Amino acid sequence: MPLVELRNVHKRFGALEVLKGVSLSLEKGEIIAIIGRSGSGKSTMLRCVNGLENVQSGTIIVDGIEVTAPNANLNLLRQRAGMVFQSYNLFPHLSVERNVTLALRKVKKMSDADAREVARAMVEKVGLADKLHASPDELSGGQQQRVAIARSLAMQPTLMLLDEITSALDPELVGEVLRVLEGVAAEGMTMMLVTHEMNFAKNVADRVIFMHEGQIHEDGPARETLLEPRTAELRNFLSAVLH
Amino acid sequence: MTRAFSGADVIYLIEAARWTVALALVAIVGGGVLGLVVAVFRVAAFRPLNWLASGYVNLIQGTPLLGQLFIFFFGLPLFKIQVDPWVAASMALSLYSAAFLGEIWRGSLQSVSRRQWEAAAALGMPYGQQLLYVVLPQAIRISVAPTVGFLMQLVKDTSLTALIGFIELTRASQIITAATFAPLPVYGTAAVIYFVICFSLGRLSARLERRSHAAR
Repeated sequence: MPLVELRNVHKRFGALEVLKGVSLSLEKGEIIAIIGRSGSGKSTMLRCVNGLENVQSGTIIVDGIEVTAPNANLNLLRQRAGMVFQSYNLFPHLSVERNVTLALRKVKKMSDADAREVARAMVEKVGLADKLHASPDELSGGQQQRVAIARSLAMQPTLMLLDEITSALDPELVGEVLRVLEGVAAEGMTMMLVTHEMNFAKNVADRVIFMHEGQIHEDGPARETLLEPRTAELRNFLSAVLH
Repeated sequence: MTRAFSGADVIYLIEAARWTVALALVAIVGGGVLGLVVAVFRVAAFRPLNWLASGYVNLIQGTPLLGQLFIFFFGLPLFKIQVDPWVAASMALSLYSAAFLGEIWRGSLQSVSRRQWEAAAALGMPYGQQLLYVVLPQAIRISVAPTVGFLMQLVKDTSLTALIGFIELTRASQIITAATFAPLPVYGTAAVIYFVICFSLGRLSARLERRSHAAR
């Protein structure tokens, strides 16, 4: 059984149809990079997967939970499908440590000591052990995004959804975030990442999905798909982003 | 016979100021509780509640406080409900504060980015936890300065209750002025007392803000 499955998903914002029948399945351990122009529906698709957006029709199943069911337990789903956002979205009123421990304590009902133990390990993993007690506004964008990754990883998700997580960063800070991500990938985490980093997609992802006008236009092994696009749309897109 | 404005009068004014403070406190508590309801109704995902709350806010913010005081003090007896000035003043000021505090708090809640809600949701936190642990602490910090600003205003607004015969600082000043014919020293003293109360509130606000920043 695939870990993530989308069947003929349709999503509209008012009159605008953003997803026009998207079907996709993802096995455990797989890393897929989702690419495409802005407005092609890639972020929306990701947000539908953990129920941040409702769909008009179609079915989404994640780790055995039917996300699109009216009575879906979205809170349970979101513990299993961690999400990292473009704008980091750290909680500005909490220290790095508290950012990581909050959901552990309140959602997973962990004791304060255990939660702090996990937080220390996770923050160390993203290379910010010395920032454990810093406040988010004392960190650079790259550091904040690494904390956001640590916060998400701490929940021990089975799947990570990464929504353009390097797009808001200064170019010199992108590398540190991608390195953290490579480490996570190497541990076998299943990931769906919307990205504009073609090299990262080529080297780290197993599969690339090219979205175009609300549909999956190409879907194939990462390296092949990016080096030898089958359709003119992907060729045009790649030449636009690479030059 | 007039007499001179003396130290005893200052004591009398300070004692009267206790009623100013008491009235303000009642309005803060009453208005605070009701203001929370107004804020929640304003943002609730149920239209009739939104309309009810915004109608209330418009009505209160769009009419003079003095008129509201008169309605309670002179209006209720028309319905055979006898109220003394203290009750009329407490009710009117509480309802008045609720509208303003409700709006301040609604604005503070809404100024916390939708992304903060989403980030909390994405960690599996249910709505109540998103509100309690992520959004409220940020909203409270935003609301401290405007809330205290309104409370200072409220302290001074209690002076209007002198007009329905409630003996607080301003009414006491009128009484002493009538006996001493020394309006300037009397009202000057009253002004100083108002200032001390409001200034203390301002200091408290600054402390609260510093503390909430230190806690980041």
